[in-house]
Amino acid sequence: MTDLALTVNGEARSVPGPATLADLLSHLGLDPRAVVVELNREIVRRPRLGETDLKDGDVVELVHFVGGG
Amino acid sequence: MTSTIAAPADTPLAIGGRAFQSRLLVGTGKYRNNAEMVQALEASGAEVVTVAVRRVDLDRTKEAGVLYHLSPDRYFLLANTAGCYSADEAIRYARLAREAGFNEFVKLEVIGDKETLLPDTDGLLSAARVLVREGFKVLAYTNEDLITALRLEEAGCAAVMPLASPIGSGLGLLNPYAIRIIKRRLSVPVIVDAGVGTASDACLTMEQGVDGILMNTALAEALDPVMMAQAMRYAVEAGRAAFLAGRMPRREVAMPSSPSRGLLD
Repeated sequence: MTDLALTVNGEARSVPGPATLADLLSHLGLDPRAVVVELNREIVRRPRLGETDLKDGDVVELVHFVGGG
Repeated sequence: MTSTIAAPADTPLAIGGRAFQSRLLVGTGKYRNNAEMVQALEASGAEVVTVAVRRVDLDRTKEAGVLYHLSPDRYFLLANTAGCYSADEAIRYARLAREAGFNEFVKLEVIGDKETLLPDTDGLLSAARVLVREGFKVLAYTNEDLITALRLEEAGCAAVMPLASPIGSGLGLLNPYAIRIIKRRLSVPVIVDAGVGTASDACLTMEQGVDGILMNTALAEALDPVMMAQAMRYAVEAGRAAFLAGRMPRREVAMPSSPSRGLLD
């Protein structure tokens, strides 16, 4: 068990490895239905979150809808 | 007082194969709180509401996004690419928005200048072409330039959205002629987006014959957003009805309204 060093939404974060994107969301307390996930600039669709392993140095973006015009 | 006078015959607003009864589209930004936003949207009668794509705040993940307050069953969510300054960025935001899974519509903004938030029409056109190819229904926020509007239509945009005046300025309709000619020359819906400040602006804009108006700040920054939303709803309906009714000609001389015959000696 080693920690993975990630960049999540522009911030350095470490999570216990091994971990998938689904693990990361649950670690952060996020509902996968409420966010869209980008891993190293590629969108990862919801059904694939649980099978997508994270590795050191990965850059993750987690976005959702906010108020806007 | 009840009225039996029927509203003028009108067709629904059809954009990209979807039909909407309301010609007023509204944004969800800058409200003082979510409760006020929800009430204002309700009062506006709008069906299409815009939302923005942003990072989740990881320190406050318990604070739900805007969808917690907006039922996707009640409103048609139109994601925007606000804040994007290049075609690539706008394309990235549009793809993320579509992945949220509501629809394939996007309000495409590619901004060219921070002070005026005027569109970068070059970037806008290239982003529109890519997104149309990817199956998006693109509603393109643009300036009031006919040639750009024509190019956006050629690129396959579902609607073209020229500004009345800069985003958030509340300056109203600065160039009615340009808006009229865009409406006259395009076949896709023309929705005036940005710049409307108060009800008379909305009414005057609709009187140019455009298909609808998208606004946000005029409601969010009103002293009473709910009352302003209602005013805008009436104004859009009134302006649309006046356009359909066909206004009288302008004359440089007076014409008496009462008969000139039968006057006493």
